[in-house]
Amino acid sequence: MTLKNGIYGILILVATACMGDDASTYTATPAELDIPPFFESSILPPEIPRDNPLTAEGIALGKALFYDHILSANNTQSCASCHLQSGSFSDPNPFSVGINGSLGTRNSMPLFNLAWNRRGPFNWDGSAATLEDQIFEPVTNPLEMANTWSNAVAALQNSGTYPELFDAAFGSTTIDSVKVSKAIAQFVRTLISGNSKFDRYLNGQEDLTEAQERGMNIFLDETRGDCFHCHGNPMNPLWTDNRFHNNGLDEFFSDRGLGAVTGDPRDDGLFRTPSLRNLSFTAPYMHDGRFNTLDEVIDHYSEGLVYSETVSPLLKKISEGGVGLTPEEKADLKAFLLSLSDPSFTTDAEYQPN
Amino acid sequence: MKLMASKIAASVLVAALIMTSCKDNDDTPLAEVSPSLSFTHNWDGVPVENADYQNTTYVNERGESLTISKLVYLISDIAFTDAQGNSFSAGDYNLVDAREGVNLSFTPDVVIQEGTYNVSFTFGFDDEDNAGDYPDLNTADGGVWIVPMMLGGGYHYMKLEGKYLNTQTIPETEVGFAYHAIRANDNSTNPITLQDTSFTVDLGDVVIEEGTNIEVQMNVAEWFKNPHTWNLYELFSMLMPNFNAQILMSENGADGVFSRGN
Repeated sequence: MTLKNGIYGILILVATACMGDDASTYTATPAELDIPPFFESSILPPEIPRDNPLTAEGIALGKALFYDHILSANNTQSCASCHLQSGSFSDPNPFSVGINGSLGTRNSMPLFNLAWNRRGPFNWDGSAATLEDQIFEPVTNPLEMANTWSNAVAALQNSGTYPELFDAAFGSTTIDSVKVSKAIAQFVRTLISGNSKFDRYLNGQEDLTEAQERGMNIFLDETRGDCFHCHGNPMNPLWTDNRFHNNGLDEFFSDRGLGAVTGDPRDDGLFRTPSLRNLSFTAPYMHDGRFNTLDEVIDHYSEGLVYSETVSPLLKKISEGGVGLTPEEKADLKAFLLSLSDPSFTTDAEYQPN
Repeated sequence: MKLMASKIAASVLVAALIMTSCKDNDDTPLAEVSPSLSFTHNWDGVPVENADYQNTTYVNERGESLTISKLVYLISDIAFTDAQGNSFSAGDYNLVDAREGVNLSFTPDVVIQEGTYNVSFTFGFDDEDNAGDYPDLNTADGGVWIVPMMLGGGYHYMKLEGKYLNTQTIPETEVGFAYHAIRANDNSTNPITLQDTSFTVDLGDVVIEEGTNIEVQMNVAEWFKNPHTWNLYELFSMLMPNFNAQILMSENGADGVFSRGN
């Protein structure tokens, strides 16, 4: 079922459903992700939590919540305030500004293909075990929406529309934070990007330029780019390993990343590998948004690496700053990386508010 | 596919054996069992546990100090061969993540009668299996278990990563190593030269009965020892496209890395 059909379905259901709270017998309309064929054939399918199956009504509710300011303490911000579709659902600012004008501490991660982060965890530092868990945090984070869940739930409960939408999605007009997180997670799982130039190249629909082909070889060449050990390869359309690495940014850590979550010093300075899809839209780069351009990123891996105790063994020639790509190699690598961007994703009407 | 064919053949053989065999003069058929394997890791006999990764310093045969941060490897084609030479194998595979403790126990999808069998497996994938497309392996290890086509394609056999202490610099420096075993390849030739560097590990004869678990021990130190004394100063990184390094890894792996525990 497509999202549009799902929305029509929910309207019908809302119009016809009784307002009872009998969740035990209610079943919303099952929905399926619109998975690109190459994803389906090359990697394992997403794991949808058994306690939060995708439904047309749940996805529609999740989208409504994602774009609604009602979750923030002063009704000024929504999830979409820091996860802009034009930015592949990330923020063009290094740090997002919360409702009180406070700056966050990390760059907003883009949101796509998260359904394939099958075992989690989520966030730059792995602090959320599941997508549902991830959604709990921003609502109460004082640097973000600065709300309390009781206030947010009360606002939803007292609204004119949400009780009906929750009833349609979950069979009960009674709203709670778990249902909110489940609904938004359902919507986020539908955010699928799989129509880049490189995807079309793999499908035989388009050719790469010579520069892009050279760049791909640099990407896959262990003696030059060797990007594939963390960011995958053409057989894996995610372009991330969803694992945690110290990629040689700093000698000392002002942000311990995964280490602050696990308490294990071996994890200090490790952050989750971001996907290389949609780099055209996700600047600035790195967990703290320190690099404004892709050129800066490539320069970092080429000659800017810094040693620290937990730095990844996969990084080469750290004492020399990196492998030292030539300007031509850098340009080719950049051309390839940009071929992984999917403009149709950032303009897809399915993901826009109704 | 070979794997499926082997599985069917094994099932037919088992069925035939079950129908025709009996214990001595007793008509009671031999019990059917599914033996399991478990995987343990040590450095010259000292167990390597999660807490040792990135913490415990080991000294290899050449005297180089190193720490380990990752050990993931693939085994396949676990086979049980009886005295008559009948081999039973489901042709399945298991990807062990030693640090994370993933897949440390594995039960091949094979049912055999109780008895004595020679037990063996393949380290990595042989060429036939390496040509397959496995969505679970495409997804494994964060989706980076695949070997790029420019390096011959297929899948990694092993990723052993860590850091060694370079004592030739002032001050001494820690340098990362990535001992990645794959099929040997030389892409300077056209077409690319490939050599199957998987190898068979023979665990010897095992009495298989109900509940049998076979411990497969990996002595990590052996990867650096026999027959080739590994020189991390020369062979620490960029080993995937190094044809000769892959041959050395394979020969070291086949010589004493694996043994049967219990």
